[in-house]
Amino acid sequence: MSAQVPTQPASKVSRRARGLGRVLVIVYAILAIGATSRAVYQMATIYHAAPVPITLSALSGVVYILATIALILPGRVWSTVAWITISFELVGVLVIGTLSLLVPAIFAGGAEVSFGTVWSYYGVGYLFIPLALPILGMLWLRRTRATGARLTDSEA
Amino acid sequence: MIEWFVVAEVAVAVLAGLLCLVLGFAGKAPGDLTIGATLVVELLLIAQLVIAIVAPFAGNHPTGSIVEFYIYLIAAIIIPLLGGFWALVERDRWSTVILGVACLAIAVMVVRMNIIWTVQIA
Repeated sequence: MSAQVPTQPASKVSRRARGLGRVLVIVYAILAIGATSRAVYQMATIYHAAPVPITLSALSGVVYILATIALILPGRVWSTVAWITISFELVGVLVIGTLSLLVPAIFAGGAEVSFGTVWSYYGVGYLFIPLALPILGMLWLRRTRATGARLTDSEA
Repeated sequence: MIEWFVVAEVAVAVLAGLLCLVLGFAGKAPGDLTIGATLVVELLLIAQLVIAIVAPFAGNHPTGSIVEFYIYLIAAIIIPLLGGFWALVERDRWSTVILGVACLAIAVMVVRMNIIWTVQIA
């Protein structure tokens, strides 16, 4: 389990990316690919029609990429980046999720579903994963930080 | 897109995904069965790529954006490779869970791809 001492010493991978954390990394990576590629497509084609949600989509894509990297790489700096990006996602999905209900014309892209962001309606278009993921991510970060005190040797 | 092929593709991806998740959470490291299932999902995506290239010449044109379709397809082809690499960096039960997550993501993406190809509201 996650509390096990890693078998190989001096790993290039952080303890955040061990055990269950590895599953978290792949989910983040998939979401990063999804959100970023979709935003790039939207910016290239229909940006004028919905600049606000598309800019937000691009921003969320970049944040997911950063979070993925921050979960994998060792060190205190990346740990901080992980906390910041994952907190940002939670705020994003709560704020944009709420705004998409209150002001659907802007944040949900009106009638055209494809204008919505990854965070619209709390991430319903992505099976609510954008809502669940930052919460799971923060629980995981807290847990690895707690157990990390005993595993400091594994991280440079 | 060919409808029966899409149905088969989604069914295989869901089954492979659930199989890997169940075996992974049961504590099994990836083996022939789970890696094989993921490979089948990947091969079906390659077949899907061939179908997507050939279909327009046979009069089967996408109703939505072909560019968006290909972005999904290419991302879908990359994900099992990426997942497979990340899973096998270290072989334990979580490797199998990772393969499962990748396969389930493919199922969702193929459904999206089918919507882009066949169903357009606007």
